[in-house]
Amino acid sequence: MERRSEERAALTGSGVIGAQQQEAGLSRAWVAFGVFALAVLPWYGLETPMASVLGWRAEAAPALFQGRSWLLPLGIPLVMALTGRPGFLMAAGVCGLAWMLGEGVVIGPRGAGLTQPAMGWGAAAYALCCAALASIGLARRGWCRGDVFVVGSLLTVLGLILLFVGYPVVRILKSAFESNDGGFAPALFAQKFFSAGIWGLDCLDGGKACGVAWNTLAEAMLVGVLATGLGLAFALVAVRTQLPFRPLVRLLSLLPVITPPFVIGLALILLFGRVGVVTNFLGEYFGIPRTRWIYGMAGITIAQVLAFTPIAFLVLSGVLAAVSPSLEEAAQTLRAGRWHVFRTVTWPLIRPGLANAFLISFIESLADFANPLMLGGNFNVLATDIFFAVVGAAHDQGRAAVLALVLLVFTLTAFLAQRAWTGSRSYATVTGKGDSGLSAPLPKALRLACLSVVLPWLVLTIVVYAIILGGGFVVTFGRDYTPTLHYLLTAFSIDHGVGGWFLSGSGWRSFITTMELAAIATPVTAALGLLTAYLLNRQSFAGKSTFEFLAMMSFAIPGTVIGISYILAFNVPPVELTGTGVIIIISFVFRNMPVGIRAGMASLAQIDRSLDEASMTLRARSFRTLRLVILPILRPAIITAMVYSFVRAVTTVSAVIFLVSGEYNLSTVYIVGRADVGEYGVALVYSAVLIVVMAAVLVGISTLVGRQQIGRRGMLGAAPASEMV
Amino acid sequence: MGETAVTFNRVVKRYGAFTAVDDISFTIEKGTLVTLLGPSGCGKTTTLRLVAGLEHATAGRIEIGGRDVTALSAAERDVSMVFQSYALFPHMSVLENAAYGLRASGMKRGQAEAMAREKLALLGLAGFESRLPSELSGGQQQRVAVARAIVLEPKVLLFDEPLSNLDAKLRRHVREEIRSLQQELGLTVIYVTHDQQEALAVSDRIIVMQSGRIAQDGAPRDLYERPANRFIADFIGDANLLPVTLRRTAGAMAEVTLGGLTLVVPHLGAVDGPAELAVRPQAVRIGAAEGVEATVVKAAYLGSHMEYDVTIHGLDAPIFVMDTDVAHPRAPGSRAILAFELTGVAVVPPA
Repeated sequence: MERRSEERAALTGSGVIGAQQQEAGLSRAWVAFGVFALAVLPWYGLETPMASVLGWRAEAAPALFQGRSWLLPLGIPLVMALTGRPGFLMAAGVCGLAWMLGEGVVIGPRGAGLTQPAMGWGAAAYALCCAALASIGLARRGWCRGDVFVVGSLLTVLGLILLFVGYPVVRILKSAFESNDGGFAPALFAQKFFSAGIWGLDCLDGGKACGVAWNTLAEAMLVGVLATGLGLAFALVAVRTQLPFRPLVRLLSLLPVITPPFVIGLALILLFGRVGVVTNFLGEYFGIPRTRWIYGMAGITIAQVLAFTPIAFLVLSGVLAAVSPSLEEAAQTLRAGRWHVFRTVTWPLIRPGLANAFLISFIESLADFANPLMLGGNFNVLATDIFFAVVGAAHDQGRAAVLALVLLVFTLTAFLAQRAWTGSRSYATVTGKGDSGLSAPLPKALRLACLSVVLPWLVLTIVVYAIILGGGFVVTFGRDYTPTLHYLLTAFSIDHGVGGWFLSGSGWRSFITTMELAAIATPVTAALGLLTAYLLNRQSFAGKSTFEFLAMMSFAIPGTVIGISYILAFNVPPVELTGTGVIIIISFVFRNMPVGIRAGMASLAQIDRSLDEASMTLRARSFRTLRLVILPILRPAIITAMVYSFVRAVTTVSAVIFLVSGEYNLSTVYIVGRADVGEYGVALVYSAVLIVVMAAVLVGISTLVGRQQIGRRGMLGAAPASEMV
Repeated sequence: MGETAVTFNRVVKRYGAFTAVDDISFTIEKGTLVTLLGPSGCGKTTTLRLVAGLEHATAGRIEIGGRDVTALSAAERDVSMVFQSYALFPHMSVLENAAYGLRASGMKRGQAEAMAREKLALLGLAGFESRLPSELSGGQQQRVAVARAIVLEPKVLLFDEPLSNLDAKLRRHVREEIRSLQQELGLTVIYVTHDQQEALAVSDRIIVMQSGRIAQDGAPRDLYERPANRFIADFIGDANLLPVTLRRTAGAMAEVTLGGLTLVVPHLGAVDGPAELAVRPQAVRIGAAEGVEATVVKAAYLGSHMEYDVTIHGLDAPIFVMDTDVAHPRAPGSRAILAFELTGVAVVPPA
């Protein structure tokens, strides 16, 4: 016994001292990394860094060997950090970053005197080193209970969000206030901002079209109401009836996740366009003249309602399922009839959910780019106008920035409203206790009403997807239904040539690029998202709510706004990324990070805090706790986050259409291009291939995860927790 | 007086404008079991978490084993804790759970598991090492949590309402186990509960807390027999509190008037004038030859004894009385004469 307690004393004593030594070693390790960043990594340039290092191209030389004197002071902070004193470490981090940003902004690529190209890998590594040194210093000063890992993650995530979400948005503001030659022009801004093209109300008194801002708002309102109503009808049918086709409703609700957004528009054209199937039918048998009615508000509305109803459905079925049956049973025992129960208990309880569903559909509609692009005709909305302001003949970046600003104000307002609403009015009856009981059956009239809406819509959805999946395998959809593999071969043929097998189809290149970039972005997205969720859910620090707002804000920023803002922000040094694959990966990461945050937050909320606390009182610090306790339990959430960020990255179009280049073209952009020139066959085949691949990924992974959850012990035995990250 | 294991020196914990722990000082001797007792929201759990390092004091100084730990994190303090929910890691086996602290301290797996096995065996869990927590009963899960905590042989072991998730029958058994384990191994334990009986049964010393402050600190017998104020008298032992007028005091005794009756009872520091008489339910004899007149309002049969609510004529509030005579229950509405035993009746100062 005595020997044992000596052992223990040695153990705990060495634990504390060991931790301090570890931290001293840590700061030295980061200094070494900083030296590596300055003396080995190429300071400028991001593309093919290793090749340029080996070739010693002047641009790619490390900072210390550039012969550019203003880079030499970057070494000073590293010397300061060697002392290991908290104050010096903090100062080193701050000074290093400040000097780097300062020289980067002041000394541009052009000019009479000093010039330099855009920063590269060395600069990125040096910035990371500075952040780490500052974190160690702050932690030693007692920040976040002295936890280096927490301070470091916080600073890193915050820095990345500021650079890749905050800075681009600020650049939009700046561009909006600039004249095209770069001067500060508030008058011009006012003129552009209040122009009739944006805010005109001519359409009300029978004049020309209304301003694009009103168009967008009206469209989003209409879609929000319709999608919410339909979503509610679907949710009532799926949750509160025993009809046999309920699984089908669930299945269809998953489809939009894996469907590239513009494909529905495409299918609608083939159905209702001037030579569409339905148009042909009506024209031949009823003599109804062919019109272009589908191009405009009507078409966009149908397409968006098709696309966003499932989202509203998912929100509302969750809300309906959360209404405790015992409340309805209580109402029934108090002599309330079916209608009365629905009106006085169920309806008030789901009303906050309805508002939430409306706002989400509203935001999605505001941000939607692809359907208006396909179906807009002369009906302009902000998202497409931004695009045409940049790529069109006009090429007016200032106007694009102003439009982006208006759109941003709309979506952020709706986003804030949604957060305020869901934050304060959740009646979710989560008591932690098992709530048995049966939900009250729907009133008959309501049930009939729901069915009369749901069934036709279900048929339309099925027809639309049938066209998407099958339309590319006939000669000309609507006229000639002879089966053909022509389009599939055009896009995805594999030929045998002189050098062996090669991918000759026109779609391969963009397909492979998409898969590669999405695959690189996926783990980064999930890691950043879950780390942010962990910080938000498990740590407390000053300015947490601001941090959360910044992190979730990128969810509300429309893709087109991200696209234009990235072009404005990262087209010139100090950070020049346009035309690279890196910028596409970054846009994937920061657009989809909220998916990871939400998945992480939801799962962390299920994990009792006492588990972390138990681990802490058992001598494990936060990083160890995260690695050994939280991550293994979060495993399903990690996989979900990865799957969804991958799928979203593959199917997105709005942001990346601004960012693709000749070298890095993406599937969705390629398909939009094909559809634009009328090659519907290839566009449909390619879309069908994407949908099938995404469905395979989704189904494959979820069956894998499902099996792992059942065989939990085997899984943990086989895979040590350290392999998780 | 043994060595001091834990010292709180004027510790304050605030959350914004709310003060959860308000200027608390106490010391805990090595090898004793001290209970923090109080109603919910009194700050007892916060105090415990301040010891653990899961919360950090706004002001004041905390020492564990003579070392100032005020600024240290939970991982750096030599304490371990048994959580209300047990907080067993659901993805680890019983053995992995028990060895977790040693592994986190940097011990080799083999040695850590050997020490963990030893403690699991001590708690009667030999043979359960490879199970998952979800495959154990509530009582077994709790023993795993205790084993996991004592493997580290911490300077202080903390229990946060450890019995609240167990059913009534198991509670008494587990509470005795905890007590005997503590005495066998000479552990220093801080134990949080809101159940006064549990506190009386296991503690060497009880610190009663009320709205963030210490209301009384003493041995179980002190608290029960000499409550410092009406709050303690009410909270420990469910005393009836009757308004009385204190006429005069003589030594330990005081003369009070209750209704028309004059009584000579022990006093606990009350001064002349209006005061309160604390009367234990079992210190009232119902059906005495002489005393105060009362009417039975409610009667309940509890097998081992009867419980009555009776109103004394001239007083508003009914008082609660326990009577071991189950053979002759009294009907509601019947009259009875009450007399007070001298033990279990005392004049207390207001809170």
